[in-house]
Amino acid sequence: MKKALVSIAFGLTASLFATGASAQATLNSVKQKGFLTCGSNTGLAGFGQPDAQGGWTGLDVDLCRAIAAAIFDDPTKVRYIPLAAKDRFTALQSGEVDVLSRNSTATMSRDTQLGLDFPVINYFDGQGFMVRKKLGVSSAKELNGASICTQQGTTTELNLADYFRANNMKYEVVAFATSDETFKAYDAGRCDAFTTDASGLYAERLRASAPDDHIVLPEIISKEPLGPAVRHGDNNWGDIVRWTHNAMLNAEELGVTKANVDQMKTSDNPEIKRLLGTEGKFGEAVGLTNDWAVRIIKHVGNYGESFEKNVGEGSRLKIKRGQNALWTKGGLQYGIPVR
Amino acid sequence: MNSVQTAVSQTSPPKKSVLYDPKVRGAFYQVVLVIAIIALFYVAATNAIENLQRAKIASGFGFLNNTAGFDISQTLIQFSAAGSTYGDAFIVGLLNTLIVSAIGVFFTTLLGFLVGIARLSKNWMVAKVAMVYVEVLRNIPLLVQLLFWYIAVLGTLPQPRNSLEMGAGFYLNSRGLFMAKPLWASNIGILVGVLVLGLIGTFIYRRWARKQQEQTGRQYPVGKVTLALVFGLPILTWIVLALVGANPIGFELPRKGTFNLTGGMQILPEFVALLLGLVTYTAAFIAEVVRAGILAVSKGQSEAAGSLGLTPGQTLRLVVIPQAMRVIIPPLTSQYLNLTKNSSLAVAIGYPDLVQVFMGTVLNQTGQAIEVVVITMGVYLTISLLTSFFMNIYNRRVAIVER
Repeated sequence: MKKALVSIAFGLTASLFATGASAQATLNSVKQKGFLTCGSNTGLAGFGQPDAQGGWTGLDVDLCRAIAAAIFDDPTKVRYIPLAAKDRFTALQSGEVDVLSRNSTATMSRDTQLGLDFPVINYFDGQGFMVRKKLGVSSAKELNGASICTQQGTTTELNLADYFRANNMKYEVVAFATSDETFKAYDAGRCDAFTTDASGLYAERLRASAPDDHIVLPEIISKEPLGPAVRHGDNNWGDIVRWTHNAMLNAEELGVTKANVDQMKTSDNPEIKRLLGTEGKFGEAVGLTNDWAVRIIKHVGNYGESFEKNVGEGSRLKIKRGQNALWTKGGLQYGIPVR
Repeated sequence: MNSVQTAVSQTSPPKKSVLYDPKVRGAFYQVVLVIAIIALFYVAATNAIENLQRAKIASGFGFLNNTAGFDISQTLIQFSAAGSTYGDAFIVGLLNTLIVSAIGVFFTTLLGFLVGIARLSKNWMVAKVAMVYVEVLRNIPLLVQLLFWYIAVLGTLPQPRNSLEMGAGFYLNSRGLFMAKPLWASNIGILVGVLVLGLIGTFIYRRWARKQQEQTGRQYPVGKVTLALVFGLPILTWIVLALVGANPIGFELPRKGTFNLTGGMQILPEFVALLLGLVTYTAAFIAEVVRAGILAVSKGQSEAAGSLGLTPGQTLRLVVIPQAMRVIIPPLTSQYLNLTKNSSLAVAIGYPDLVQVFMGTVLNQTGQAIEVVVITMGVYLTISLLTSFFMNIYNRRVAIVER
């Protein structure tokens, strides 16, 4: 609560007295500060979570590390600001964070009314439900009359209302400010069901007092394109975020990995040459160095590596690539060509 | 400075340069200050509007008419995701804040007075228990206490399928307290009429009894008659009506549903936890205020009352408390205001108060931070000023009247 108030107060003061941004303002200020401020989740396994040593890991965190790597050649030059769902956009609007990489759904109103831009989608998700096994419920359609815990200020909260209305079912919503409070209340038995994005369900289930007592229902009730957000108006900064993600996608598609990136520099493949900066001046065009993609891949890896390490087979979540596979493998992740 | 001024006024002729007139100077600086403050706010406001426009962030209060699209767990007015607006969500949140504050103020006053008087009890045990209560409760942050109540309330309650049946249509489980919901029949007016008659009768009787006491010194059983007129009469009417087959009040009992009890009335555990936390915390402060007020009444007053033959209870009720009230009222008002403002901590335990609904969900869905925060601040300011206003009226009534 206090953090929320502080961030809102900052937001207000900043928007009251701040002056307008010039071209490349965000990149320049990041370079000047010497680090990137990244709005992250307060703790969601696989996406953004601090570990016991205070280091951050996750798919969303990797995007921030990749941006820092592209700018500073050092993925550790990131300061993470954990934000509750309801405070995240205010923090970005006010300039408290440079980029919000916090499993946020891109929607039209957020894009057009909140003064934000969503340059890329780094995880295609959808909303689902989790219930206790002993309830004997096997479908979301059987949730008529259930009480449901959700996090306030999210698209989840809105989809929930839509879904129950569309299916003519009743429910009782119990909304909490943070994902932590929401899941604790569900785990303590306050609600019959817990709802969030499907990835979040698997991540939160690991925190339950008895994870095997809970099942995720098969229904996916919404489209949740999750991606980083930046302030509207600084297009160059949006470009940097967009191309960071695209570099990771293209690297996976071209077979460039953390391990072989240095050898790949000598590759004859023109697409690899352009990506790794041995041909053309693509990095300089967005205010970075030409070896920007090499820095990203060397420090963070390609998208596939980041995915497997954080949420895929190499993690406790064991989420399948599914919609997040490359387009060549039937998924939706499609790297825009560097040329 | 002062000596110079007096010297000047003593020695100077009646008219001197306006520039050196302290009154004119004072007025001048005040005007300058006011202009500076207005200018600061003006610059801040125009700059904010400009920045919002440049960043393409929507502004203005039009969002209050947009469809809300989310649901709220406790709504005192009709509210639905599809049919209600952000403005309705605001009213829902406001009412939830007001109801928890009003009920909280009532119970915290009772508990606070009880504990405050108990602290001065001659019974060692009672006084120490009250002291421990005050010292423990007021020295632990309210947020921690709220979380304790919420987790304690939730953790110990049974799941809905094993609801605790408490008889008379009352059930308790981790979804809250369930009770029978009264359904008013068309002839409920009779009962209301009887109740009003009872109230009027009580009023007349009390005036008459007082007059009699003043004239003859004879005391009448005012309390018992009040009870009989206000409660006894309507209940008797109800029983008679029910016996002749025209029961004015029916009850809808909670029934077991798939997940939970359905029907009847439900009190959310979030509400109970918030109320418990606010009442017990604020009561600790009120207890100290009451103790201070009672100690401020000189000992001679109660000794004099005792020598007139009043019992200790009567002494407290008729002599000490009325005088103590003069000291108690102003700090008591502050505690009421604190309770109302502290109710915004509801956000931590999921109770849909104004801050949770409006500054949480609505702010986030609309992104209009400045408007939402300004409205919320205005609401708390208004509630606080109104509370002070009424308490000041009451304060004037109990204040010492110079004779």
